Amino acid sequence: MRTRVIEATVRALMQAETRLPSWVMQRIEEAASLETNPLARSHLHFMLENVRLAEDRSLPICQDTGLPIFHVQMGRDRVLDFSLQDAIAEGVRIATSTIPLRPNTVDPITRKNSGDNTGPGMPDIILDHVDGRSLKITAYPKGAGSENMSLVGMLNPADDPYDFILKTASERAANACPPLFLGIGIGGSFDLAARLAKRALFNMPGSSPQELQLLKRLNNLGIGPMGLGGDTTVLGLKIETAFCHTASLPVAINFQCWANRSATEVIL
Amino acid sequence: MTEFHLRTPLSSADVQELNAGDVVFLSGMIFSARDKAHALMREKGAPISLEGAAIYHCGPLIRGNAVLSAGPTTSGRMARYTEEILARGVRAIIGKGGLPGAPFLNRAVYLAYPGGCGAAAALQLRVMGVHCQELGMAESIWEFEALEFGPMIVAVDSYGKDLFQDVRRSAEKQMTK
Repeated sequence: MRTRVIEATVRALMQAETRLPSWVMQRIEEAASLETNPLARSHLHFMLENVRLAEDRSLPICQDTGLPIFHVQMGRDRVLDFSLQDAIAEGVRIATSTIPLRPNTVDPITRKNSGDNTGPGMPDIILDHVDGRSLKITAYPKGAGSENMSLVGMLNPADDPYDFILKTASERAANACPPLFLGIGIGGSFDLAARLAKRALFNMPGSSPQELQLLKRLNNLGIGPMGLGGDTTVLGLKIETAFCHTASLPVAINFQCWANRSATEVIL
Repeated sequence: MTEFHLRTPLSSADVQELNAGDVVFLSGMIFSARDKAHALMREKGAPISLEGAAIYHCGPLIRGNAVLSAGPTTSGRMARYTEEILARGVRAIIGKGGLPGAPFLNRAVYLAYPGGCGAAAALQLRVMGVHCQELGMAESIWEFEALEFGPMIVAVDSYGKDLFQDVRRSAEKQMTK
């Protein structure tokens, strides 16, 4: 079983790094067909061409092959007699040398690179228990360009969370490789809001009236692909909420670049 | 919006003919440098000649001598070094996300390469050498031969025009509507 987890991890990373989920490609294609700014349109077509090149040659779409982040959904009837963290880490090490991936993880203080994309706290595994016996492993390699622009705001309950999101996007979107996907967490605590925002990226895209209204307002900003102007600033967003303290309004925005990479492997 | 096909080293005449919004394809030598390489050049000087050079904000993915993926990284992290790097004769900085425009006035341009397009960029670059490899793959200074590297957009020209700033200002105006 441990070997199967390692192999599934390598396969999920290979798939995630070298091709985009079909719904992400569709979103970019739709945006390219609707975009009225010629420069923005040519950027969107170049992005699509880049993904096709990567897929044809089995090359990473982006040189920033990301931080190893995984969402694992584990059946309650399954018992593991080994460390899931260690097995997925082993998969990351193998994927780093075989795909290959750029070695990205460093000690935060000394900045020394481990060379294999693992280290204390890495890979980051977000675990849910679900019904059944299957083990579902989704790789979400996360690039630093978009992750660096992410923000948690501890707002005043009288503040408007949507204004905060619009202001943050207008200041930061250009550096995060737009058109973007935004994972938004509203409520909870300081750290729960951030985790909700990350989980929102797993549940992308949202289609509630509030989410669609916010999407429209964000696209009206005109930031466009790569921040050089255009109709296409945000391709999708999802809001996750949790109850918060009556005196608090935490709002977290996790930026995700247009190359919204993920791939799932299921072990039955 | 005019399309230019230029070769490094760039002359001041090359820089002067470029205006914000123009499209550039670049051939010749370009040098990758990001956070650690800039810090090292500040401390010890550049291991390469920067006269007329194009510096590429990029941490490539390379195996052996093969460039596998090599799109731009966020230039903003290197903003603190713009003045001194341009003072050493650099005439083009390539990256994504932009840089404050003032240091570029009358001497250099900022060229924006589409972010996330590492596979496409890799096909336009060949490794010719590497410096400071002790900094690791992403942070080394890679000497690339560029073959029609682009499309890049002149986002900051040498006349004080800054497309990123224009877009940001217009977004702020839209927000207060």
